[in-house]
Amino acid sequence: MSFDHLRATYFEECAELLESAYAQLAALAQGREDADTVHALFRAIHSIKGGGGAFGFGRLVGLAHAMETLLDLLRDGTIAFTPELVTLMLRGTDALADLLAAERDGAAAPPGLEAELTEAFLAAAAGTGAPASPAAAPPAAAAACDTGWRLRFRPHPAMFRNANEPLLLVRELRRLGPVTVAADASRLPPLERLEAEDAYIAWTFELTEPAPRDKVEEVFEFVIDDCELEIEPLAAESPVDLVPASPSDIVAPSGERPPPTRPPAEAASPVRAEAAAPSVRVDVSKIDRLVNLVGELVINQAMLLQHASILPADLCPGLINGLETLAQHSRELQEGVMAIRTQPVKSVFARMPRLVRELSAQLGKDVRLVITGEATEIDKTVVEQLADPLTHLLRNALDHGIETPDAREAAGKPRQGTVHLGAEQRSGRIVIELSDDGRGIDRARVLARARERGLVAADAALSEAEIDELIFLPSFSTAATVSAVSGRGVGMDVVRRNIQALGGRITLESRFGQGSRFVLSLPLTLAVLDGLVVAVGSEAYIVPISAIVESLRPHVEDIHAVPGRGNVLALRGAYIPLLPLHARFGVPGAVTDPSCGIVVIVETDHAGRLGLMVDELVGQQQVVVKSIEANYGQIGGVGGATILGDGRVALILDIPGLGAGVPPTTTRTIQPQPALQ
Amino acid sequence: MHNASPRASAPVAFAAPPGAGPDPVTITAGQFITCTLDAAEYGIDIMAVREIRGWAATTAIPHAPPWIRGVINLRGIIVPILDLRARFGMPLTVPTQMHVVVIIQTGTRTAGLLVDAVSDIVSVAPEEIRPVPEIGASVPERLLCGLVPLERGMVALVSLESLLTFDEEALAASADASALHS
Repeated sequence: MSFDHLRATYFEECAELLESAYAQLAALAQGREDADTVHALFRAIHSIKGGGGAFGFGRLVGLAHAMETLLDLLRDGTIAFTPELVTLMLRGTDALADLLAAERDGAAAPPGLEAELTEAFLAAAAGTGAPASPAAAPPAAAAACDTGWRLRFRPHPAMFRNANEPLLLVRELRRLGPVTVAADASRLPPLERLEAEDAYIAWTFELTEPAPRDKVEEVFEFVIDDCELEIEPLAAESPVDLVPASPSDIVAPSGERPPPTRPPAEAASPVRAEAAAPSVRVDVSKIDRLVNLVGELVINQAMLLQHASILPADLCPGLINGLETLAQHSRELQEGVMAIRTQPVKSVFARMPRLVRELSAQLGKDVRLVITGEATEIDKTVVEQLADPLTHLLRNALDHGIETPDAREAAGKPRQGTVHLGAEQRSGRIVIELSDDGRGIDRARVLARARERGLVAADAALSEAEIDELIFLPSFSTAATVSAVSGRGVGMDVVRRNIQALGGRITLESRFGQGSRFVLSLPLTLAVLDGLVVAVGSEAYIVPISAIVESLRPHVEDIHAVPGRGNVLALRGAYIPLLPLHARFGVPGAVTDPSCGIVVIVETDHAGRLGLMVDELVGQQQVVVKSIEANYGQIGGVGGATILGDGRVALILDIPGLGAGVPPTTTRTIQPQPALQ
Repeated sequence: MHNASPRASAPVAFAAPPGAGPDPVTITAGQFITCTLDAAEYGIDIMAVREIRGWAATTAIPHAPPWIRGVINLRGIIVPILDLRARFGMPLTVPTQMHVVVIIQTGTRTAGLLVDAVSDIVSVAPEEIRPVPEIGASVPERLLCGLVPLERGMVALVSLESLLTFDEEALAASADASALHS
């Protein structure tokens, strides 16, 4: 494993650790403080520091160490968590994230970024220690021992596996003063039973120099989870006396009443196992390959079933049964593999509180961010591509939506503005909502601005919804002064494009003076969709179920010709334009009389409802979406391709693209492909 | 079925590593698979050839130029099939079970070439490659990148890069051009 590789892994891990730290801090901010939360936070910061030390990120380690010092007092209860401390911890975590990002990108972090914070942490740790709680005094007194320390140290095999070397620890300890070492080799087995990777030897160190306890603990801080360590004052003849003094006498995090024989690290390990759900880091391309293979397997199984159905039913009943079981298993396998690709939206939502904190400070606004449904799972690719649009919407909400505290008070609202970010699964789609209780959209100003820019004719009368649509136009911004935060007018159109590229929709509701609400509706996954297989001539096409409103066989009297516009279908008082797929795609040999075929009515984002004319409906099935762009290119009206049960390729219709249409004069006829003899 | 070439006279054992492809500008000398369209022989860089398979029905692509015969499912990947004869401006191939498709890969793109048959593997030294004359060529320019005289006749080396560069503009232009002809 190369050094760069290790570095990359470290930064990846840090991203997760930061996420965990933010999650714990969010819990603490909500007043849910228990030992596990503080421990988890401590572990996250500690691990970041540990790796950072290995890579020589001095500034990072300094800050993390200060945070750890404070957290250590918090976790043993010497100091109680206050909202101010949570805020301080959040700022510290933000700074850690910045320092990490700088190290990762090889850029120099702004000087002094962490200096003030480091001091704040140390001050908080030192300041509150003695006067705030008298109970803190005994451990402080116990920490200063004037004789020296006896350390019993028994490494676990894990310590060696993590490439820690006891000799280095001894050398480190020697810096504090003279050390005598006694090795305990009593557990050493005979040579033939010796496992090279096990740990057998324990040591007792005696440090005969008065040294601060925390300095001694610091020597072992990177291995504390992987060993048994007892520290006691050298002079103490009866260690039992010391037990009530303080829980911190034992370095193990959860040590309560530590008899000398108890292995503290082991006591701590169940807590750890609970806190971190076991997970593996897998390259997405590996999962994609698996998805592909499983897709192939499902197709293959369908083919087998098709061939077997030709056989007489009583010829080999076991075969048919076996194939049906296979079908069920392969479908379950497919679902399971697809589920690997999903990820909770938490990973992107977790970045938002920081944005709100920083922006509201910058803008002089008081904003509370409420997050719900962060456990909602969605395709990994979708999650990753949500970050930018969401960041943009949130910036807009804070900059344009939420008013300053004074303005809010004048409008009879609470001084603190609220932004709500929520996710939920709703019938096969993920719906993400971002709402604020700010000033809402000033439609008069939007319209005036659009007229001024010539985006709307001066005499055009627009509905409220149409005015709201204007903000999605390229280069539209109503911010009176262009601020650094938002208002460059390169926003909402990009947001909409990004969401559409993910197969999603974005809609806006707003009430002037009361707030705005953006609703993003996204597909669960990009890799699979529920489709209706339709036949047009000799070709089969897939219509995404999510777009279908209904399908029907039209009556002749309901079809009306509109000159220059083709046919429309009268349906319950509305006229729906008909799009003959055979003409759009140039398929020969299809049904041309609308009343002899089937009309599939689909909903498009811009063109309203559209009736697709097809020959017949073949069936509904889940299809694996394959890229046709990778090896060919984009095709108007086609969003992708899939492989049907017989191994043939079928094109998946892109409904918005179909709605856009092409002039019929440029359509070409598909060359009929001769079938094999 | 895969790697089965009914009329291949040379041993067929190609395992080009993924991503391997010929140099886009200067064609490097080396081994070429020759395939036939009627009597003419064309050379395809062996490093770009992934496999050779029999012709199978394709799924038509709307608004595609006629030389795009559609797409097939190649073990889960959607691969377009080019009619090499039609691409070179000759009439469409009428495929039978005896026709073969040469699957090639250049860069990240994979495509299949419909040809009459695969005939041989030839080794070509750089000095053997002659430039393609500019005039009187029936093949659209830039699709060939060299001519190699052999004892039995001439082999025209196909520029796979230009062959597989069919972005939207090229497709539209080609579709327009063929619309004019018909």
